Amino acid sequence: MSTPEIAPRRRFLAENPSVLWFLGCLALFTLGVTVLSEGFGLALISTSMVKILGMTLCLCLIAVAMDVVWGYCGILSLGHFAFFGLGGYAIGMWLMYARTQGIVVESLSATPIPPTDIEIEKAIASQIFGVVGSNELPWLWGFAHSLTLQLMMVVLVPGLLALVFGWLAFRSRVTGVYLSILTQAMTLALSLYLFQNDTGLRGNNGLSGLQNIPGLDHVPQSALSLWFFWASALALGLGYLVFAWLVSGKFGSVIRAIRDNEARVRFLGYDVESYKLMIFTLTAVVSAIAGALYYPQAGIINPAEIAPIASIYLAVWVAIGGRGRLYGAVIGAAVVSLASSWFTGGGAPNINLGFYTINWTDWWLVLLGLGFVAVTLFFPRGIGGLFDMIVRKP
Amino acid sequence: MRSIPSLARLAATVLALGILSVLRPVVALAQDGLQPILQEYQAEIAKPSRSTVEKVLSGLMAADRPGTAEFLLRWQDRGVYARPTDGLFFYAEEIGDALRLIDIDSGAAVAEVSSREVSQIRPNSGVRAVIAAALVPFELNAPDPARREAALDAIARSGDASQIDPLSQSIETETDPALKQRKERLLTLLTAQFASALPYRLAAIEGLAGDTSIEARSVLNQLTARVPGVGTALPTGANIANVLEVGTDISEVEAYDRLVSANLAPPRQSATDRRDVLAQHIVDGAVGGVPLHLLNTDAARARAYEALEAAGTVPPRAAEDEVARAVAAHVFYEVYTEPNPEVTAAAEDALSATSHTLGLYQTLDLVLDGLSLASIFFLAAIGLAITFGVMGVINMAHGEFIMMGAYTGYVVQLFVPDYTVSLIIALPLAFVVTFGAGVAMERLVIRHLYTRPLETLLATFGISIALQQLAKNIFGTQARPLTAPDWLSGALTLNDIVSISNIRVAIFVLALIFLALLLFILKRTRLGLEVRAVTQNPGMAASMGIDPDRINMLTFGLGSGIAGIAGVAIGLYAQVTSEMGANYIVQSFMTVVVGGVGNVWGTLAGASLIGFLQKGIEWFNPSNTLAAQTYMILFIILFIQFRPKGIVALKGRAAGD
Repeated sequence: MSTPEIAPRRRFLAENPSVLWFLGCLALFTLGVTVLSEGFGLALISTSMVKILGMTLCLCLIAVAMDVVWGYCGILSLGHFAFFGLGGYAIGMWLMYARTQGIVVESLSATPIPPTDIEIEKAIASQIFGVVGSNELPWLWGFAHSLTLQLMMVVLVPGLLALVFGWLAFRSRVTGVYLSILTQAMTLALSLYLFQNDTGLRGNNGLSGLQNIPGLDHVPQSALSLWFFWASALALGLGYLVFAWLVSGKFGSVIRAIRDNEARVRFLGYDVESYKLMIFTLTAVVSAIAGALYYPQAGIINPAEIAPIASIYLAVWVAIGGRGRLYGAVIGAAVVSLASSWFTGGGAPNINLGFYTINWTDWWLVLLGLGFVAVTLFFPRGIGGLFDMIVRKP
Repeated sequence: MRSIPSLARLAATVLALGILSVLRPVVALAQDGLQPILQEYQAEIAKPSRSTVEKVLSGLMAADRPGTAEFLLRWQDRGVYARPTDGLFFYAEEIGDALRLIDIDSGAAVAEVSSREVSQIRPNSGVRAVIAAALVPFELNAPDPARREAALDAIARSGDASQIDPLSQSIETETDPALKQRKERLLTLLTAQFASALPYRLAAIEGLAGDTSIEARSVLNQLTARVPGVGTALPTGANIANVLEVGTDISEVEAYDRLVSANLAPPRQSATDRRDVLAQHIVDGAVGGVPLHLLNTDAARARAYEALEAAGTVPPRAAEDEVARAVAAHVFYEVYTEPNPEVTAAAEDALSATSHTLGLYQTLDLVLDGLSLASIFFLAAIGLAITFGVMGVINMAHGEFIMMGAYTGYVVQLFVPDYTVSLIIALPLAFVVTFGAGVAMERLVIRHLYTRPLETLLATFGISIALQQLAKNIFGTQARPLTAPDWLSGALTLNDIVSISNIRVAIFVLALIFLALLLFILKRTRLGLEVRAVTQNPGMAASMGIDPDRINMLTFGLGSGIAGIAGVAIGLYAQVTSEMGANYIVQSFMTVVVGGVGNVWGTLAGASLIGFLQKGIEWFNPSNTLAAQTYMILFIILFIQFRPKGIVALKGRAAGD
């Protein structure tokens, strides 16, 4: 029984050397950052830089998911950041609740009579929701006291949303551009909903202080940042492996066929809708996991994060990196998001033209926009396409 | 209503002489002139104060000498002077540094004195307000209509019973029909509120039924105002509005709180209070024999408290059954502040009649709101409908064309200061600018991507973020004003409920013009024929001698140009920022998709549906427009499930794919 399980795996890795290359590069990168980091090594990379790199790995993971759903299955979803944000919210609820609980219990322990559970809960609620003028814990937060339950929420809530939304959309054969607009409407509705103060997630204040992990107060941020960096790298590696395996087999052939000619696949007897629904839901769950790892490093999440523009940027990363190849998505996400923070963070030197000084914080988006048009027009295969030239035509 | 003027006529005959004598030319007779009366109150007039002014006024009113109104006006305006030598009062005219004293009764100049020989009387603002109120009856008959109107405003602001008679008398002599109508209205309101004769009052209240003006409604609401009451039995003689049933109309908690605030029951002990009491009685690490570390549950605390209660150290607290008993022993009700039940009954009837009319007007207002929102969506989306619907091209930069149009309007206003002229220049200029931008974009980018619609979406998104940032770099991040000319800044007002701003009317008209224009172009011109041919079958159209490239270019230019004009219109009432386009793009897409692609009528239907729907949802929850948008989008998502091709779906070969 054991041989048929092992055999296809060997064949899979042997047939896809790029997966091994990628995992190797990722491992080397992780090792390099660890050695250079403040927490465990030479302190050449600051803690905030480690956090940025860890967040970038999370963005790479959602880009891989986006590549699978768009590049392989042809569904241009403009709403995957909604799942990313929901994952962040789900883990953020526990982080915020548990941390506030710690603070509240400590402050109440000074009172002569020990507090009851109801008193503790009320104090937590007014701590968290005082900012939106409420002191009741909404029903939404029913599981927030338990890390296990909330971790389940990370997967279940976005998964269910994707399942229901996808089922509705695919069942009525909404395809192409219409589906893109529909997914965009979904993420817009979600962000507008969360912007309201009375929805139980603190309105536009969002959830904050997520970088402080409850129970790990004694661990310095320099070490914590590395832990999250490792977790992100691990998640990216695993996600990459799973998706690479998924798209390499027969399943992968079917979804690529759906991308190329949906009607023909249907005529061949495949249940196109189920395949699409499965891909949509699976990528949504992976996006949510990426979000759950991202926001503890970012420290704050608010509804602006899941505005439609974020999901469009996601599509831009994948397109620049190169659709239909997983490492392309990783490269696109890493290059564009890091370049973005480099340019807008004032890292790039200004260019003095004599009559006008180009200040990159102002002009980066113009460059990105035009560069993106150029990539779409002239390099439809993206940066990943360059690898083809190197590998296939030495 | 009808009985009021006759009442006025009746009362007028009694007092007409006195009032009319005010208007009569002043005849100076020493013994019945004003001065002797004034001398009676010499000290109070010379040094007026809030406490004495009422006495003076009632004295003057009672004497009712000619020229009283004139005197009060001048007194109020610091135009009265007292001569210290004999205490007489004069009016005065300034002649250079000197003053010419004028006799109050005869109006003749008496003497010229320096300003040091007489003292000016300066009532403070409190006194002036009292004088002004007393002047109202005089002002109601003033020859200047503006003064009469000001007096009416004063009554409308703060009416009381004393104004009923002068008001009804002044109606008789009123010549201005508009003012006369207003006086009659005010009289009805005052009668309803204050009249002492019940039949007139009831008639007036009946007359207010169906009147939707804010004043009428506030009068009725005042008449039906209620205060909560509680007691062991219903009070006799009180005008009870209704008796509250505990459990249905009022919760037990609320009921008990009322008892407590009426001092009919001891306050309930809250969990916090109990904790504080327990904390005061800690003995050797325990309270009432219960160790401290066990006091972290409600049950343990109750046990500890009972132990203390049993020992007699703390007073007993209101237990649940005591609360229930206390509530059951009392009756809860609401009392009208107006004691007469006939009046309140009539007012309630009038109010319910009003609420029907009110509902009708509110619906009308809602329809107007929806219509104006629909026309904005239509304007924003129609350009998109052409490019997306006719060409199948997703233009994410459409919103930025709207923004370009608005900024064009702003720039034109910088150079042309006259807002009307600048608007006339801006509209075609915005069309030209965005037409050019659209054609350039089609030539440079979209033409190469016709076979890849999803990539058009991404490429135009790239253009969109570049244009947005470019606008930010040029015009800055703060909102720029695009000022509407004066004739657009007002509002069309039907009554207190239904009104719509002129800009919104203009946008509605503009939307209608666009609709007509587009239908004309598409159905009646050569270009429209060719556009429809290329839409339906590009290959066949090309073989018939139509150049699809040219048609696509022109269509795209047309769609973009319309977006530019829409930008000017939207900029007039919203703020012009670099992000204004992005606010409309998702809505515009949904309008097109919901309406049905490739059809002007479809866009109209989509815009109407979305506009009315959003206003309708907002109506349920007016404070929360975010929720309205959320639910609207959810509705659209569901709607597309059931009609994936939109409201107006193309059929046959033209439907494509």
